[in-house]
Amino acid sequence: MIEVQHISKSFSGRKILDDVSLVFETGKTNLVIGGSGSGKTVLMKCLVALYTVDEGDILYDGRQFSKSTEEDKRLLRKDFGMVFQGGALFDSQTVWENVAFPLQMFSSLSESEIKDRVEFCLNRVNLNAAYQLYPSQISGGMKKRVAIARAIALNPKYLFCDEPNSGLDPKTSIVIDNLIQEITEEYNITTVVNTHDMNSVLEIGQKIIYLNKGQKWWEGDKNSILETDNAEVNDFVYASELFQRIRKASQKL
Amino acid sequence: MKVFETLGKYFLFIGLVFSKPQQWKRFWKQFFFEINSLGINSLPIIMIISLFMGAALTIQTAYNITSPFIPLYAVGLATRDSILLEFSPTIISLILAGKVGSSIASELGMMRVTEQIDALEIMGVNSGSFLVLPKILAAIFINPFLIVISMFLGMAGGLIFGLLAGVVSTHEFVYGLQYAFVPFYVSYALIKTVVFAFLITSISAFFGYYAEGGALEVGVSSTKAVVYSSIILLLANYLLTQMMLS
Repeated sequence: MIEVQHISKSFSGRKILDDVSLVFETGKTNLVIGGSGSGKTVLMKCLVALYTVDEGDILYDGRQFSKSTEEDKRLLRKDFGMVFQGGALFDSQTVWENVAFPLQMFSSLSESEIKDRVEFCLNRVNLNAAYQLYPSQISGGMKKRVAIARAIALNPKYLFCDEPNSGLDPKTSIVIDNLIQEITEEYNITTVVNTHDMNSVLEIGQKIIYLNKGQKWWEGDKNSILETDNAEVNDFVYASELFQRIRKASQKL
Repeated sequence: MKVFETLGKYFLFIGLVFSKPQQWKRFWKQFFFEINSLGINSLPIIMIISLFMGAALTIQTAYNITSPFIPLYAVGLATRDSILLEFSPTIISLILAGKVGSSIASELGMMRVTEQIDALEIMGVNSGSFLVLPKILAAIFINPFLIVISMFLGMAGGLIFGLLAGVVSTHEFVYGLQYAFVPFYVSYALIKTVVFAFLITSISAFFGYYAEGGALEVGVSSTKAVVYSSIILLLANYLLTQMMLS
């Protein structure tokens, strides 16, 4: 469980996060949604301490994180897995080397055990055939899957995914969403996903937090989000023509 | 104030870089990779420049000696001292600041803007030490070899092209190379090389590591890396010369 307690973050005097308090639950895919500039990415970067919070605290299963030393942060980060928006795969390494990297750096596994683990992770994301390719030789969807395989290689307790569906076609998006949800439930980890894709929200939104103007505006799940009377959330949810039609159709029924 | 802020940030960066590698095996692998990437790959351009600069130095010196009281072996002597004292350690280091500096800054800059450095940090890797320390130490190790090669080739170029131009004989040139030789000049050149290698790699890495934005900003960082490392290299050259030769 990740507890966010009254955190604020400003850049050049502009408040991006304003007194945000949240709880991300273990074994669930926790989605953070909101429009562009709502503070989703800043929140995620604060969660993993790529940004230092100005006020407040972040607790990982009761362990204080944001105010701990660099060394303690580095230790706790070994329990993190992160899927970046662009994949953030190492260009100079093959798919296999990318997935093996955290194992070679931080595990005491033998070469053969690392090989088995990498094969398992690549198999888990259906990418066994691409192990010898470089990131520049694979598609966007494959990059995301490699990033997921790399993120789960060390059996993380906390998985962070920053807009994992951006730039992907709807079918591949569903594959990625399902993969994230399966991994979360299979390993009983705390997963935080940043997204503004409504399909993802309805697919895997076991817990949803809506951010607006750097504040928590609404909290619920994939069922309650369609029925909420919160005007801002409705504007976000029913922004697309497709969802407007669905709403009209359901109202007629 | 911005200068002091940047200077402070640079020293904090150096503190981050010079910490114990988290995995020695990977450090050595990366160290030898960088020796090849930063050093061996720079050899062709250094060889070409050294040969022709030695040639130009010899011919210019010979054509400028018009007094019959100055012996012709002075051509070899002037070429040797110019190459040992300034040309090889300073000019070649300036060329390396352009070639190696821009390569380091753009590589790290691209890693920064594509979030690869963030990915390392989140895994618990000290990205500064992991990415930059092998580059700095590899340059400090390999650059003296490059400069010694440059010294030999500069003098060889002077001899070959001096003979081809008919401005000096082999005997006079070689006698000039050996005449009144001060071994300390080689030590002085190598000490300068080591300092320059550190400055080029650390300053370029600093600008690349803290690049922000996209491809345009990476280009700006790369340019800044070359400009600042060249200026600071020249400043360090002046200070070292003042300290060691005065």
